[in-house]
Amino acid sequence: MELKTKVEAEDGRMDLFITREFDLPLELLFKAYAEPELVEQWMGTRVEKLENKKGGGYHFVTTDPKGNKYVFRGAVHDFIPNKKIVRTFEMENAPLGVQLEVLQFEALTGDTCKLTMHTIFESNQLRDQQLQMPFKQGINMAHKRLEEILSKLK
Amino acid sequence: MNLRRDVFQAIADPTRRAILLLVATQSMTAGAIAANFDTARPTVSKHLAILTECELLKQEQNGREIYYHLNPKKIKPIADFIEPFRKLWDDRFNKLESIMKKYKTDKK
Repeated sequence: MELKTKVEAEDGRMDLFITREFDLPLELLFKAYAEPELVEQWMGTRVEKLENKKGGGYHFVTTDPKGNKYVFRGAVHDFIPNKKIVRTFEMENAPLGVQLEVLQFEALTGDTCKLTMHTIFESNQLRDQQLQMPFKQGINMAHKRLEEILSKLK
Repeated sequence: MNLRRDVFQAIADPTRRAILLLVATQSMTAGAIAANFDTARPTVSKHLAILTECELLKQEQNGREIYYHLNPKKIKPIADFIEPFRKLWDDRFNKLESIMKKYKTDKK
């Protein structure tokens, strides 16, 4: 089966591409990025600020199940409805630097559309770190589960 | 194709993934690897054998000791490091899609 979401990350580069085809009209996909209450729903975050315009910015606060808070901020450089968003992304208190995100929206048919997300990092190293993070988190979780099981056996 | 499936089977196990991560930064002997796990030594040896068989790990003789190190040629093509990242975005976008489908129906 063809994967709906694809990640392209060439060796040695400092950028990556995420592409996804949606079973949605273009306008609806764009709305999911433009309306704060919709962003809150699908990203599972609280939207403190979302100024979608040239020179605007955003501020999201996400709380994980343990109550840890994560703050995300960025500046909006360009906002062309149903077409393009250019913005920066930064996670506060994380040594990951700033990322530049270029999001392109295009209609495929009346009911389907495609999103291309181009993310540029400060270095190849930071990009690889970001890419490997969910992999490492998965391993940490597996370790924790293992520890829990073992502690019960003791 | 067969080898590809073996590689995926190899990384499906959390202990084997942990072993790969351990040796990612430095070559290690079987003993040093086993010291990181509470699992019995023969179990770790079995995991090492599987990882070596599908060439994710390479053995290197150094004096009397055999060191294990990651074979980047095998790791890169399968891009398994990227898969959880892809999955994260896939889940996120699936959620977006279902929320927007519901949003569309509610509007009608």
